[in-house]
Formats: sequence, structure tokens, C-alpha cells
Amino acid sequence: MSALLEVSGLSTQYVGARGTRVTRAVDDVSFTLEAGRTLGIVGESGSGKTTLALTLMRLLPPGARIAAGSVRFEGEELLHKPEAEMRALRGKRIAMILQDPMASLNPLFTVGDQIAETLRVHEHMSRRGAWTRARELLGAVNIAAPERRIGEYPHELSGGMRQRVVGAIAIACGPKLLIADEPTTSLDLTIQAQYLQLLREIQRERGLAMIFITHNLGIVAKMCDAVAVMYAGRLVESGPVRRIFDAPAHPYTQALIESIPRFGDTASRLTAIEGQPPDPAALPPGCAFHPRCPLVMDRCRVEAPPDLEVAAAHRARCWLAVEMPAGAAAKG
Amino acid sequence: MNGSRTASLTVAWRFASLRVEGFPWIPALILGVIALLAVFADVVAPYNPEVGVLGDRFRPPAWQAGGSEAHLLGTDHVGRDVLSRLIFGARVSMVVGFTAVIVAGLLGTTLGILSGYLGGWVDQVIMRVTDTWLALPALTFAIFLAAVVGPSMWNIVIILAAVYWTRYARVIRGEVLSLRERDFVRLAIVAGCSKKTIMRRHILPNVLNSAIVLGTLMLGVVIVTEAALSFLGVGVPPPKPAWGLMLADGKKGLMAGYWWLTVLPGVCIMLMVLSANLLGDWLRVKLDPQLRQL
Repeated sequence: MSALLEVSGLSTQYVGARGTRVTRAVDDVSFTLEAGRTLGIVGESGSGKTTLALTLMRLLPPGARIAAGSVRFEGEELLHKPEAEMRALRGKRIAMILQDPMASLNPLFTVGDQIAETLRVHEHMSRRGAWTRARELLGAVNIAAPERRIGEYPHELSGGMRQRVVGAIAIACGPKLLIADEPTTSLDLTIQAQYLQLLREIQRERGLAMIFITHNLGIVAKMCDAVAVMYAGRLVESGPVRRIFDAPAHPYTQALIESIPRFGDTASRLTAIEGQPPDPAALPPGCAFHPRCPLVMDRCRVEAPPDLEVAAAHRARCWLAVEMPAGAAAKG
Repeated sequence: MNGSRTASLTVAWRFASLRVEGFPWIPALILGVIALLAVFADVVAPYNPEVGVLGDRFRPPAWQAGGSEAHLLGTDHVGRDVLSRLIFGARVSMVVGFTAVIVAGLLGTTLGILSGYLGGWVDQVIMRVTDTWLALPALTFAIFLAAVVGPSMWNIVIILAAVYWTRYARVIRGEVLSLRERDFVRLAIVAGCSKKTIMRRHILPNVLNSAIVLGTLMLGVVIVTEAALSFLGVGVPPPKPAWGLMLADGKKGLMAGYWWLTVLPGVCIMLMVLSANLLGDWLRVKLDPQLRQL
């Protein structure tokens, strides 16, 4: 069976005003996503997660360009599609939830109008038909009394409800793929949990594939089937969630997992990764992580490691994965 | 101590809320009366404003020695009734003021939205034209245009719109620049809306407030410019009664003591402009969502 989304060798660059400064925001990224599965993309701020999401949607800001690679969605190449066809795809077959769903609603229109808008744009529904669907969708995202809420304005709803409305807009046209770019960062913890629960229910009911972009490994462990770790624009490690958490092959992944604060941990200081993420416009030679890597070797300073298969469906870009037998890189 | 502070705070709050919420009754009333007079000028005005009786020249207002009930506000140098001319002049000011503001508003808002949302070379072209336009002194530019197209009431409307659309374009573009970065616009983009849909459905309604407020403030400017053009003889052609024209006609009589020929239309212009501006100020505060209490 062919995957829903196949990304291979995808590179996106930001080019400076005079074409001199080239920033590789996304560099040689490959992954596949099956229908109904969830892929978590984790990484520090500035590691290129959001640029990756925007590249998939072909919504890059001016100054960014897709340098290489291919994005196949349901067997179709997205990178060569005309803009009009892309627009028909966005919101209909690929939906996206933005970083701050609280601000994603237009303050001047009722909730119903905003859900109906997507349906009217893509399905060419009548106003009445779109409103009926909107009411069903509000029910589907667990909003109580949808027939009352549908006529209300965003400022009359609580934060959690507004976010559910954004969720309802995202699933309005029955997309196959939902890209969620840090959808819960602006929410408090209890609402976060509810929202994640809701997303999972929606996913299960509708067989939706999700790309979940976050910097929260806890959320990844709960939500995702597979995880891809991004560092300086590259996927440094990817694989099934259990495998990555149990036996991370890349020192960066290991450090990320160790830096999760655990309840009952008696150590007085949190484990942090030494140093700062590199400037993506001036990456160090060799492996981009080597200046911060605790297990750095001479080879890492000169030569970038290739994408290696550590175990089935588990890949890592690290020289350690070559030198050690599969699984031995993990110590805990 | 604490009580008195609370009390003074309450007073301050009252004062603040009075300023924000207090509907400007007097300006609204003045504008309302002028509008009614303009609409029903044919019924209200006692005389034909364009035909005078030469035997009745320079009659003072009724309350002055020599005035009569027949001409409440006196007559001008060709014996036309000043009151009737003021009433018909309101029609000219209203029609010119409102249509010019609306035409300029439509033009400026459209260009402002296109410029701000599309960016790139569209923005460059529109904004450079706007800059050039703004660099020309408004009145001189208007006189130049009037000299080119010739005097008529509708030409004045076109001239004023052509001169003042830039104000809208500037303000609206600025608003659009901040709106386009808002998340609901991004959501519309990821939901697959076309640029046209986004500009119409998400940008336009959000800048409408500013456009309306700017319109009320521009009303005063436009009316003064119309009066100035008429005063300079390139505006509404005589014998049509326009307030600016009446000022121009009356200025020769000022030294001879015929004060009513200049003061009365002057007062009319002042009242209308002041009312429009006060109403605009109130609207500006009222429509600003940050200052409005929900």
C-alpha cells in the first residue's frame, strides 16, 4: 500500500535580500506517513519545524524557496501543482491548525459564518446547508448547545471553545491530513489535555492522518505513532515512538529525552543540553550537532553523517549508529 | 482617605465614560437640521435663491433697523434672499460633501486594501502615486484640476475625490498591513480561501470602521475645500447658491457694513464642519474595539 504522504529529500531555503545569505531552514528531509497515523515532529525553536509544515502546504513567505525534493500526497506531486489546485487542496484535503488558535477567528463574524466559509469555498454549499453542517461540526467537537453557540461571536466563547471551533473548521471538509503546528502552546494544561483528547477522537473516527509539530515530548508520547526529531533543519532521527523513547540512537534525542522533568525526580537541577542551537545560516562543518554533542568524535567535526537505518523503520543521522551495533547506542 | 480616593476615581471614571459614551447631541442635531433643510429646500426656502429683486438690494436682517419680516436674514447685492440662498447652499454643501467623501473613500479604501494585502510591485506603484499625490498642496491641486475640467457641481465632486482619496489609501494600507499578519487571515489562507475572498471577507469588514471614521473627519475638510474653491471662483458656478460663493460675493460689501452677506454663510460653514468633526471624533472612539466596552 502506498503511503498517504511521501516526502523525500525536501529542502527549503531562505534567501537574503541580495541573495547572499542562504539559510537552509529545511535540509534533505524525508519521511512517509500512512493514512490514519500520527507523526510527531519535535525540535527546538528555529529547528525548521514550522517551515517544514509551510513547505508541505506550499505557503512559504516571500524570500523562501523550495530548493529540492518531492512531496507526494495521495500519489500526487504537490510541489509542481498550479497555485489554484493547491488552494483547492488546502482546507479540503489537507487542513492545518495554527500555533495560536485563539487568535485564528475573525472577531467580526459569528462562529457559524466562519465554519460555513470553508464549506462554501470548497463544497460550494448553500448558506443554509453550510450552517446545518456547521451545527453538526460544533456538536462533533463537543461544544454544548451548538444551536446557540453557532450564532455567537468569538469573544463570547471561552478559549477552549474557540479552539474547538478552530478544530471544527479544520475537519469541516473531511481532510485526509491534518497538520497541527504547536496547537496547544497557548493553552493551559487542563484545556490542553481536553483538546488533545478531542483531536485523537476525531482522528479515530475519521481516519485522519496527523502531523503534530511540537516541542513537548510528553505530547508526542501520548499522541503519536511515529516521531521525527529535527535539528538545524535536518531530521536527525526518526522511528516508531516506543523505539525512539526506549532506544534513542542520536545523542541529541537522548539529551532531549533526558531533559524532560520527571515527577518525583530528586535531582535538584534539570538536565539541559549545553550550548545554543546553531545559527542556521552558519552551520558548523560536519554534523551540525557536534559542538554540543557529549559523545563527539573527530570524524563528526569534518564529515556530516549519512541517513542510516538503525533498525526497521528507525533511522538516524549519527556516526555512532555506524560504529555501534543497532540498539547499543542507547544506554537508558 | 481611602474613601476620598475612591470618590475622585469614580468622578474621573464618570468623566472618562462621559467623553466616550456621550453621544454628541448638539453636533448631530446641527447636521440633522442642515440635512433636512437641504432635502426640503424647495419647501422651506421662502424665495427662489437664484432670482433677486433689484429694488430690494442690501436689506439688513429683520432685527436690524431697515430690515423687514419679508427677508429674515436680509438680501444681497442683487436683492436675493439670503436665507433662501443659505438653505439651498446647504444642499450644495451636503451633496458635494457626502458624494466626494464616499467616492474618495471607495477609491482610497480599495487601493489601500490592494496595496496593503497584495504587497510587492502593486504596493510600490500605488504607494508611490500616493506619495506624489500627497506632496502636491491639496488646494492648489484642486484649483488646477478645476481649471482643467471647468466649473460645475459634479466636477467639484470628482476633483475633491481625486484630491483626497490618498488620505484613505494611506490609513487603510497601514491597517491592512497589521491585519494581514493576524491569525484569522492566516487561517483563511490555510483553509484555501483565494486572495479575493480574503480581502472581501476578512480584510474589508475590519477596515470599514476606520474608513467610516476617516470619512466623517474628511467631510469637514471637503466642505471647506468646496467653499474655498467656490470663493476663488473655480467651484460651483454662480448663480447657484453655494456658501463659499456667497462669501466671495459678500466680501465687497463688508467694508460698507453689509456684514450679514459674509458672516452668515461663514457661520454655516463653521457649524457644519465643526459638527462633522465632533461626530467623527465620537465615532472614532466609539468604533475602536479597544476603547469600546463589550
